[in-house]
Amino acid sequence: MDRGPGGPVSDVVHGRLRALLGTSGVERDQAGLPRAIPDSADALSLVCRLAHEEGWKIRVEGQGTWLPPDAPADLAVSTGALDQVVSVSPADLVATVQAGAPIEALRRRLADEGMWLALDPPGRPERSLGSIIATATAGPLRHGFGPVRDHVLGCTVATGDGRLVKAGGRVVKNVAGYDLTKLQVGGFGGFGIIAEAHLRLRALPRADVTLVARGMRDALTSAARDVMAAELVPAALELLSPALAAEADWVLAARFLGTDAAVQGEVRRIAPIGNLAWQPLPADRTAAFWGLVARGSQGGPVTLRLGVLGDGVDDTIDLLAHDLDEGLLSAGAGLGMVRWTGDAPVERLRAVRRAAAAREIPMTLERAPWPVRRALGHFGAYREGVGQIVGRLRDTFDPGQCLQVALEGAGE
Amino acid sequence: MIVSALVEALGRIVGVRWVRHRRAELKTYTMDGLPTRESYPGVVVMPGTASEVREIIRLLHLAGVPFVARGAGTGLSGGAVANADAVLIALTRMNCILDVDPVHRRAVVQPGVVNARLSEAVAPLGLHYVPDPSSQAACTVGGNVAENAGGPHCLKYGVTTNHIVQLEVVLPDGSVVVLGSPHGEPWGPDLVGLFVGSEGMFGIVTRITVRLEPMPASVRTMLADFHSVRAASEAVSSVIAAGIVPAAMEMMDRACVAAVEASIYAAGYPTDAAAVLLVELDGQPDAVEAEARTVETILRAQGARTVRSASTDADRARLWQGRKKAFGAMGRIAPDLAVQDAVVPRSALPDIMDRIAEIRDRHGINISNVFHAGDGNLHPNISFDRRDPDVAARVHVACKEIMAACVEAGGSITGEHGVGSDKLEYMPWIFDAETLGAMRAVRRVFDPAERANPGKVVPIHTCREWTAARGAR
Repeated sequence: MDRGPGGPVSDVVHGRLRALLGTSGVERDQAGLPRAIPDSADALSLVCRLAHEEGWKIRVEGQGTWLPPDAPADLAVSTGALDQVVSVSPADLVATVQAGAPIEALRRRLADEGMWLALDPPGRPERSLGSIIATATAGPLRHGFGPVRDHVLGCTVATGDGRLVKAGGRVVKNVAGYDLTKLQVGGFGGFGIIAEAHLRLRALPRADVTLVARGMRDALTSAARDVMAAELVPAALELLSPALAAEADWVLAARFLGTDAAVQGEVRRIAPIGNLAWQPLPADRTAAFWGLVARGSQGGPVTLRLGVLGDGVDDTIDLLAHDLDEGLLSAGAGLGMVRWTGDAPVERLRAVRRAAAAREIPMTLERAPWPVRRALGHFGAYREGVGQIVGRLRDTFDPGQCLQVALEGAGE
Repeated sequence: MIVSALVEALGRIVGVRWVRHRRAELKTYTMDGLPTRESYPGVVVMPGTASEVREIIRLLHLAGVPFVARGAGTGLSGGAVANADAVLIALTRMNCILDVDPVHRRAVVQPGVVNARLSEAVAPLGLHYVPDPSSQAACTVGGNVAENAGGPHCLKYGVTTNHIVQLEVVLPDGSVVVLGSPHGEPWGPDLVGLFVGSEGMFGIVTRITVRLEPMPASVRTMLADFHSVRAASEAVSSVIAAGIVPAAMEMMDRACVAAVEASIYAAGYPTDAAAVLLVELDGQPDAVEAEARTVETILRAQGARTVRSASTDADRARLWQGRKKAFGAMGRIAPDLAVQDAVVPRSALPDIMDRIAEIRDRHGINISNVFHAGDGNLHPNISFDRRDPDVAARVHVACKEIMAACVEAGGSITGEHGVGSDKLEYMPWIFDAETLGAMRAVRRVFDPAERANPGKVVPIHTCREWTAARGAR
């Protein structure tokens, strides 16, 4: 039977979803694919259970701004109606959000109450929190505030067969049971669909100063090492390629957040480092500058991240420049991590992954069209034994293989 | 029971002197830091190398025998205790620091390395290992990984899971996997994050790569005393709301201060105060100076009677002494100490302290509170004599009521000590049958036969059944 959008299977799926969610809970995408829009975690789990029982393939969609909604499937499940900031507790610095909530909406709500979420992920401001958590895409603030996993206290997830798992909790310190939240953060939806998350917040810092220095790449990476050696504590220390920064030279940006005294002290101490002309950005340009960095990671169809140590950043950029190009690059120049955005054939990307693995550097495919994701996988070049564990975990959380997520590539 | 042939086989792997099986020899291993769970293991084996661990696990896999990994035995949830049908694998001989990389601020250690020894070893490089449980002078990094241990300085720097980047693990079938990467970026899904805190039920770590942090340039410790626990709790929230994240914020109540001041660890805490708050700030000297002024203003505005401040190592050590030795000081009160562990949202601290006092009075028991106030992690410590069955029963009921109150306040049953065997019965209070089923199913991914530390963490009878489509992928 024709499984394509608008075909007879598609009509059956559409009809069954409408019976489950009502007419307002289902629509068709532009190609005619039925799209379920559950408005609660329970409804989300019902959709997954139905798909599991029927053997239908699910593609998950958030705001549609990061991973393209292009995986072949029998139905799309959108978190578009799960877009509420459920609760915010200023006294506890904890927020509960639904997965489809755009990060910008949360940001505005928190700022009104003197708080913020210390994450500046790549992508557009309307990107959903579910997408950010599922892909574990942290931005430059990773330097000072850690990866995405450090901000997620717990989450509710619908598994591929429609079970609802409530991992973690709402408190900042919690070791009750196994830490299932960690599996969902950066799991790319392969272990279930995130419905809701509890996030750790911070009080808005009094001072927020960004300084930029321009120059040759090696001079900047050397300066970044000096910043680390001098034990400065920037919130971000990001190296940006000329193309990403839209400048003639490479740029090293240091962002300091905290109390006025702390930030002013850091600004004084970075001044002599690297013999660079550190220029403070005007306060009204800081947000625009970091917004540019975030959006820059969408200047091509493919985004990679490589987990490299700080002093391996230069070599890793050389590797990328050699095998791919030096296009849109940003790197945590202090604690490591390189993000590359561009376009390249799968074979070249695979070669980079192999070369990186040989250097003990994991490469994650953060974003790409489905054919690239399917061929390359978000992950790959595992160490011995890891692939079996990941496979068994997927069998556990998605026994019917309903979730169309290419954790590993077809060609691995 | 463990058959003698197995004891002999273990002896052939590690040498007979590293196998203990006589009852008197086993006595040491019948408990951890929890006084209410006692059990003799079948046999204790002490491997000296990772390859011996692999051989032992392989042997036990073939024989179908359960095992329990144990570090220094300082755990507080009855997690490192084995039954007579199980082999207890003591990892304290594996205490080598294998590599220190000051440039990348990493160290590679064996699981038996004592937490404080690691910080001492890297101190000449200006580095330290941050997670600092109160037992750090004795507890091992391997045990810290199993429990996802915390400590006072986790308020600013995070718990164990935030400091582990890579693990070499012997799975319960004897195979070896390396999880994570030297950078800390997961290699695939975050299996290091999943493994840390799994309480010895996913396998045994034989090699741990940890993150090290530079010693702060300047540290200021402040001690404030309050006329009520409520005022002190509110001061804690006010400091955090001001955008200041102290390295630590620790509170002690009147009973705890009294115990400390009556002991050889007396730190000069005011015994008439209802609560004493320790606040530690670290960072660059000018920033610490400015933050200290702000914190002092906040503390006084919230009703602190006095605020003492120390910045020299000796003075700071004195202020900390009472806090660090509080558990020891409580040993003077009664033969047994149940160090409890629970978490509440910070805003619930004042109310929960009132509830604990009410529970204490109603059951006529002795509770001293010393806790990580900054992150709402409570340690109500009950001094008692477990030889008196009536008292022991009341302690059990009181513990249960305290846990229920914390859960009711939106908290958790453990912040850093783990579930072990002590808190199994509370797990269904915070996790539904489906989520508990998921935990069990994940455990079976690593340990299909459920032989690693059996009977801990997940109360199997309350789990909904999960059956993975085996080998579907």
